[in-house]
Amino acid sequence: MTLSPLGSRLARGAYLAVCGLVFVFLLAPLLAIVPLSFNAEPYFTFTEGMLRLDAEAFSLRWYREVAGDPVWRRALANSLLIGSAATVLATGLGTLAAMGLASRAMPGRRLAMGLLISPMVVPLVISAAGMFFFYSALGLAQTHLGLILAHAALGTPFVVITVTATLSAFDRNLSRAAAGMGAGPWLTFRRVELPIIAPGVVSGALFAFAASFDEVVVVLFMAGEAQRTIPRQMWAGVREQISPAILAVATFLIAFAVALLWTVEWLRGRVRAAR
Amino acid sequence: MSRARLRAAGLVAPLAVFVGVTFAVPVVLMLVRSVYDPTVADVMPETLARLEEWDGRGAPGEPVYAAAAAELMRAADERTLGQVASRINRVQSGLRSVLVRTPRLLRETPAGARREALLDIDPDWGDPATWHAIRTAGDALTARHYLHAVDLDRATDGTIGRRPEEERVYLRLFARTFGVGLTVTALCLLLGYPIAYLIAHASPGNARWLLALVLVPFWTSLLVRTTSWIVLLQTQGVVNDLLVALGLVADGGRLALVHNMTGTLVAMTHILLPFMVLPLYSVMRGIPSRQMAAAASLGATFAQAFRRVYWPQTVSGVGAGSLLVFILALGYYITPALVGGQSGQLISNFIAYHMQTSLNWGLAGALGGILLAAVAALYLVYDRAVGIENMRLG
Repeated sequence: MTLSPLGSRLARGAYLAVCGLVFVFLLAPLLAIVPLSFNAEPYFTFTEGMLRLDAEAFSLRWYREVAGDPVWRRALANSLLIGSAATVLATGLGTLAAMGLASRAMPGRRLAMGLLISPMVVPLVISAAGMFFFYSALGLAQTHLGLILAHAALGTPFVVITVTATLSAFDRNLSRAAAGMGAGPWLTFRRVELPIIAPGVVSGALFAFAASFDEVVVVLFMAGEAQRTIPRQMWAGVREQISPAILAVATFLIAFAVALLWTVEWLRGRVRAAR
Repeated sequence: MSRARLRAAGLVAPLAVFVGVTFAVPVVLMLVRSVYDPTVADVMPETLARLEEWDGRGAPGEPVYAAAAAELMRAADERTLGQVASRINRVQSGLRSVLVRTPRLLRETPAGARREALLDIDPDWGDPATWHAIRTAGDALTARHYLHAVDLDRATDGTIGRRPEEERVYLRLFARTFGVGLTVTALCLLLGYPIAYLIAHASPGNARWLLALVLVPFWTSLLVRTTSWIVLLQTQGVVNDLLVALGLVADGGRLALVHNMTGTLVAMTHILLPFMVLPLYSVMRGIPSRQMAAAASLGATFAQAFRRVYWPQTVSGVGAGSLLVFILALGYYITPALVGGQSGQLISNFIAYHMQTSLNWGLAGALGGILLAAVAALYLVYDRAVGIENMRLG
């Protein structure tokens, strides 16, 4: 090294400090939101009491407010209903398509992939605008069914991508062996292929659910009062009547994100172990 | 077709049909709207046919007036008058109220020459510009919206020229959107490269935790992250409080960090940073750390070793990450809408504005068409270079 040991140690320290700052930047928003959601006062900043760690400066009042508010409860119910129905649709159709795409015999593979991935590529405002016109003409705007179909379409690329990735590591000889022993295509799929690709399918489903659970642009264009989801309600909270109650919801969503991340990482380990 | 081909196509078909009907067709129809708008042509076919014979100078003849009067009254009965009026008003502003008022007042005038009746209702009916506007709006197939989207306009004599200075909005907006995209991409690279290096060359145990610190924000709702930046950056927010407490800023001189371009840049960089870190990390993980040590033992300074040995091997990751961040940044809507204020609005925000507020759907379609063309071209490059299937999703 041409750098003296001292210089090199200083450089390393500076580098680590820079990295530390970047991590602070990444996490600061989340770290600020969580304690502020326990603020006893209706402020968006740390009160002196909070900084002194006074027990009285903290409270669960915003959590109680959200839990008791029928508007938020309906938003949660809508998010869960639309998210899970869209996930079921996206996962079923996406897994089938990924199995077709993984086959070397698939005609027009690139073109098909382009179409199936397009909901992820097109900027959301354009998708939402197009869907709004089309679904309105069919009477599907401002209905739960309309949002389920829209979110399912937006979620399918995630399923296609994760399942295709899992299938690329799949040993085709297993299917051939099953077929050789007399199993039909359905039995082979259910007993041999599905159990092996299951972790990929489940991560795809989680991605699709997370995409729907966080989607707000299509909801803004298409949902009526009765279909408002959690992100739509947060949007209203930020835009119209900003209240610390949305920080309580945000904290709940952060916990939800950590749980999702943990599950997906665990499944990724399962996929790796299966290879 | 062989059995295997049939089977593969049969597996893909249900999703292809589903995505086609629920997604692709709606988007294509929305783009068609930008060049094809039959609103006026459907409601005023007779008037438009009569106008064909008009020489374009002076007021047209009685048959045109008679047709227009009849068709406007029918439109009022069928409740399509509002749409027609807004459509024509977009060609020439000020005509909306004339058009909306006319059928109502016509009902009170006795039958007879419609020309005099219309001229009595409003002198604008005698102005050739009014009829030019109706004729232009009656063109179902039009390049007008695309011209408008690049600040051009077609004059009544058919020549294309720039719009007046105060109406030139969209070229500047596209430039701003590209500028924000490039700035955010550069910031993400600047912040992402060091931490990707740290994670890639940390011990496996540490790497797992450091990676989780990148992934938790990645999985957290976009709205949560945007909201937190408002909470942190607003005038009475955490960052300003901290700066005041440290004495760096006077209490009266708190910084405007949000609801402007700064807010858009900070929040977008934060949200897109993981998309940069992940591809960089996958590339860097494949580079043995011994290489840098070997370069150093051969007499290279750190800068030389980095420039000649390390950096060239990460260029593919830098390209993949930058392209992805730039593409995603171009289409951003929610974040600028919430933290951007006036100066931080991007092209998507104007598309939404024309969709929901001004109801100029043709222009929304044209702006969307241009944005989509740019995004699609960049994705083709991304697909060639990286392959969309290899995109790492968290």
